[in-house]
Amino acid sequence: MSESTNPSNPSPSRSGGSSDRMDRRSFLRKSTVAASGLAALAASLSPLRKLEDYGSLEEFMQKHYKELSAEEMDQVLKRIEREVERQYDVRPHVQDLKPMDGVEFVYALNLSHCIGCRKCVYACMAENNQSRDPEIQYIRVLEMPNGTTDLEQGDHRYDPETVPRKGHYYMPIQCQQCENPPCVKACPCRATWQEADGITVIDYDWCIGCRYCEAACPYWARRFNFKEPHLPKDQVNPNMHYLGNRPRKKGVVEKCHFCIQRTRAGKYPACVEVCPTGVRKFGNILDPESEVSYILRNKRVFVLKEAVGTMPRFFYYFD
Amino acid sequence: MKAGAQNYFRFLRRCIGVAFLGDWRYYAWMGALTLITLVGINAYAKQFVEGLGVTGMTDHVSWGVYIANYTYLVGIATAAVILVIAVYVYRHQEWHDVAIFGQLLAVAAIIMSLAFVMVDLGQPLQSWHMLPIVGKFNFPQSLLSWDVIVLAIFLLLNLHICGYLLYCRYNNRKPRKWFSVPFVFVSMFWAISTHAVTAFLHEGLGGRPYWNTAIVAPRFIASAFVSGAAFLIIALQVIRRVTDYKFDDQALLMLRRVVQISLIVNVFFFASELFTEFYSETLHNSSATYLYLGLEGHNALVPWIWTAVGFNLIAMVLLMSPLTQRIGWLDVACVLAIVGIWIEKGMGQIVAGFIPTPLGQIVEYTPTFNETAVCLGIWAFGLLCFTVFLRMSVPIVEGKLNKANEEESGYKTSGAAGLSGASAEGA
Repeated sequence: MSESTNPSNPSPSRSGGSSDRMDRRSFLRKSTVAASGLAALAASLSPLRKLEDYGSLEEFMQKHYKELSAEEMDQVLKRIEREVERQYDVRPHVQDLKPMDGVEFVYALNLSHCIGCRKCVYACMAENNQSRDPEIQYIRVLEMPNGTTDLEQGDHRYDPETVPRKGHYYMPIQCQQCENPPCVKACPCRATWQEADGITVIDYDWCIGCRYCEAACPYWARRFNFKEPHLPKDQVNPNMHYLGNRPRKKGVVEKCHFCIQRTRAGKYPACVEVCPTGVRKFGNILDPESEVSYILRNKRVFVLKEAVGTMPRFFYYFD
Repeated sequence: MKAGAQNYFRFLRRCIGVAFLGDWRYYAWMGALTLITLVGINAYAKQFVEGLGVTGMTDHVSWGVYIANYTYLVGIATAAVILVIAVYVYRHQEWHDVAIFGQLLAVAAIIMSLAFVMVDLGQPLQSWHMLPIVGKFNFPQSLLSWDVIVLAIFLLLNLHICGYLLYCRYNNRKPRKWFSVPFVFVSMFWAISTHAVTAFLHEGLGGRPYWNTAIVAPRFIASAFVSGAAFLIIALQVIRRVTDYKFDDQALLMLRRVVQISLIVNVFFFASELFTEFYSETLHNSSATYLYLGLEGHNALVPWIWTAVGFNLIAMVLLMSPLTQRIGWLDVACVLAIVGIWIEKGMGQIVAGFIPTPLGQIVEYTPTFNETAVCLGIWAFGLLCFTVFLRMSVPIVEGKLNKANEEESGYKTSGAAGLSGASAEGA
């Protein structure tokens, strides 16, 4: 097509008769059609000019998390640090802390004393660099009327002057870190998997954004970046993990990862720390002395949607 | 070997040449399709820049009209093999050529469904991650990985069969049995499994009670045979009207019987599902309640689904009456069935599965203008492909485009007159 649009194409036989003229006319017509076709295609593609960040070739060609050697991982972490600094003017510390031996994390939540203040929701956002616009939250708190555990009767948008409201209890729900996670099964490219310490993680650079995991999750724990995430520079948490709270890009899925950047360094998740009533408990189930081990042994514990067979590592209890 | 390759390239070149020839109706139709495709490309470019936020999808309803169309079109592709079964299993040799048109429809439908998957991805440039070898193929766990495989192979099978049969016809020689018949039989089996996998994609999710039922796959196949055969009836009539390739009503009436029976089966499955959902009154029927009756004042899908039910029932009554042995009435029934199944399968089956969310929240979904433009663009592109395939294959089947007339430079001018546009109105 590019050849035929060349206007300086000299005609070899100028003395030609009518058939030659016909050829030239049809040639001209064809080039006009081809040129206007290309112009129309270019015009239809014009929104692409607004594309600001295409991501680097390095990022595009990057291997799956599990296939990166130690040196390659080092390069990747440096690249991410550079990119975060360029975008947010904050020098982050991006780590790839591995699971600790003999550790399997478990969460327990005491429904008897949760007051539904949603402090966990916002502490989670401050810790995990979620987009503020559009706002992404990992924890959803339901206001449940006493007498039922049917989630459909819960209120997601409760907004009274003070909590707790009489006749209600509160049910915070986040990723249940299932032992048999349907999301991991669903992912067509192994971008999400379960780590040795029980945390189901996502490689944000490997996710293709098909959202099949989102459809598969029975707990509505996963969030998709439908738009470019916006995070104010002064709200960035610079302590980051590759599989955790490093800033995400549009078009990938994210979710609660038990604050992997904190818990693998021996700290509690942000939601546990902030809870004013102390109903959130976190620890190592393989350690018989741990608080969670005690709770699982001695309290009336249940899991959400047990019938689905997901075997959550997130336990609820009353006392 | 070299001569063979040369011959093949000459064949391809002539096919492509023919695709650009036609009367004014052909150019108008192709021009309109190109225009709509460009509008779709424009809308997709916007989505590419701004993200899937330009669609009506949310974390609550995370799949919408893209996956709905995808599901519907895999069904169309599946059903396109009906004619192949008629020819190769029931030995209706006289429909041999018509069957090729059916397979070309399958090819166009698969191209469209692959496009619908691509536009649904948040990171389309990374889609290579789900390929075997270069990416990280989650096989056999992920049904999406199964889907990638079965669709790709189904596309290759159909391309091979149509391409080979047409090339043989072009060269005026008999197709070698071993090089075509085994593929044909594999493709019959493959068609059904392809659509079954699409259904398994939904019914395998334990966390979505509306989908997590064994009736989804049988219902998908039944409704696919309805919409696919109805689509073929319309498409074949367009071919008969605008080209000089003629065939009698027998093929159409055979397809009528397929639509008739599969529509009755589909309505039966549908009734069986409704009974299970509503009689047992478990908490698992909220999606069905939302779809058919509305839930807590939310009822966006209710008028749609009752339209679909109405269309399907009217089409069924029409098809059972002798009225539809007349082609005009048959067309009416087919259009009703095509639209009815699209709503029932697309918006009904896919969107309703997301409402309410697993945490019981009701958030409704309406496709945006941009999203609709992308869909129309893909449909236009698919019809464009189908038209081009027909434009190439009809003269080959008729024997007007063959190796013998390769040297006649006159084909372009004299031949074109006899070969008016391949397809002039919406199939």
